[in-house]
Amino acid sequence: MNIAVLVKLVPDTAAMIRLNGDKSGIETRDLNWVLNPYDEYAAEEALALVEKHGGEVTAVACGGDDQVEALRKVVAMGANNAVLVKREGEYDQLASAKAIANAIKDRGFDLIFTGYRTTDDDSTAIGPMVASLLELPCVTEVNKLEVGDGTLTAERNIEGGSEVLEASMPCVITAQKGLNEPRYPKLKGIMMAKKKQIETVDAEAGDIRTATTTMDYPPERPAGKIVGEGVEAVPELVRLLREEAKVIE
Amino acid sequence: MSVLVYCEVSGGSLKKASLEALSEGKKLAGALGGSLNAVVVGSGLDAHIDAIKNHGAETIYVADSADHENYVPEAHLTAVADAAAQASATVCLIPATTRGRELAPRVAVKLDAGLIEDVTGLTGEGGTVAAIRPEYAGKVYRSVKANTLPMVVSTRPNTFDAVADAGAGARVDLSLDYSAKAKVVETRKAGGEKIDVAEADRIVGGGRGLKEPENFKLVEDLAETLGAAVAASRAVVDSGWRPHAEQVGQTGKVVSPTLYIAVGISGAIQHLAGMTTSKTIVAINKDKDAPIFKVADYGLVGDAMEVLPALNAELKK
Repeated sequence: MNIAVLVKLVPDTAAMIRLNGDKSGIETRDLNWVLNPYDEYAAEEALALVEKHGGEVTAVACGGDDQVEALRKVVAMGANNAVLVKREGEYDQLASAKAIANAIKDRGFDLIFTGYRTTDDDSTAIGPMVASLLELPCVTEVNKLEVGDGTLTAERNIEGGSEVLEASMPCVITAQKGLNEPRYPKLKGIMMAKKKQIETVDAEAGDIRTATTTMDYPPERPAGKIVGEGVEAVPELVRLLREEAKVIE
Repeated sequence: MSVLVYCEVSGGSLKKASLEALSEGKKLAGALGGSLNAVVVGSGLDAHIDAIKNHGAETIYVADSADHENYVPEAHLTAVADAAAQASATVCLIPATTRGRELAPRVAVKLDAGLIEDVTGLTGEGGTVAAIRPEYAGKVYRSVKANTLPMVVSTRPNTFDAVADAGAGARVDLSLDYSAKAKVVETRKAGGEKIDVAEADRIVGGGRGLKEPENFKLVEDLAETLGAAVAASRAVVDSGWRPHAEQVGQTGKVVSPTLYIAVGISGAIQHLAGMTTSKTIVAINKDKDAPIFKVADYGLVGDAMEVLPALNAELKK
């Protein structure tokens, strides 16, 4: 089985996010960078499938040289190959997806995994876009997967319940938390990843359809009040919710 | 110039987020000087056409067939693309539900259009589209404008008001030509009458302060009294106390209910990112210095195990 995992390096979700001086983007200094948490589930699923069925896992990232770190993290987990689709400057999702799709279209992948969402720009676009560009089926937000012979069965949560989908292969799968428990890289893997040759291809993208005008912080919440301590404060809390906030009857 | 809104029918009901998108689409169409149109795919859709009409749609493109009983992504993609072509749509709005989060990017590819995802603000001035979207789960906001049209925009559920404002509602039936590469084969409803966190108007969230998974019963009891959904912090989901579907935060769901009651949740930054846009926040925590109190409108310092039964009893009075 020949599997691709599309990954991205993002700031740690525990990080405070500050904007840069002209509010054109975030301040990237002093941030701890990690593999997008959902890409870890994607990578784990790909690696487990190859361990079971044989084959190779190729990690693919799109961006500048900093994204090599994301690729090395997946190699440290056990991926066989790493490809950087190199681009500079601001891209939008469609341009990134086109660059990735162009880079992987002739590599004969049976499955393409990625995290269902990136925790930096909160985008769910890359997986579905790559699927459409390559005219493949796509199943998103998968938390359970069974791969058969040329078909797969996947489950996901939807609003108010869950659903089971069947899809033909090749297929793009986006991974949700719950799909598996991602492995920790072993020391040997980390050492190998450091020396791993990263294949670099130039991005072929196209027009950028959107532009950032500015970034900002959310409006600050007005200071709240401590109603009181313990059970004695409960009647006052309920009165405030009824009469002041008017959020309950 | 026209705006097309994808209206989602799933589990036999028209999603409220679709009506919200219609109302926002009506404003956008007005600003751009065009008409508002809708597209809907499913089986037995007659019952939903009036609601779509009553929220401003001039033309409603309808793909109604027993074949569309179960969700097939390619059918819905084709319907949106066909309707967009017939309506000469310059902007396509799709509610950012589970389904919308995958459809919007695929529609963008199909129309070779730009995409702005999960927006919480939308304007159409000077013949183009601008939007605001939260990033880093709401730690910062980005203002984005379209360089070119057409543009696909997905709208965050529970953010825009659904306002009745009748349109002509002319029905145009679509017959779709597609090949199904994926399909839903089974749908399961969550147990009982449980309300989903992502759609709930009131939420009671529990964290480590509850000490034992069994104590979530107190959270569930309070949620039942309030008609609220139950949410959980990452700590308790990672410990296996609660399912991931209930997790609120940067690696869970981002919610903005009218009322969010945080019980025994300290307020880690990645949890706060997921709920600080709630209209009213109540925090109940033993530690008076917990960060959750900084975002709470009303704070109560106390042990959840004592306060929750008392609060539940008081609310029932």
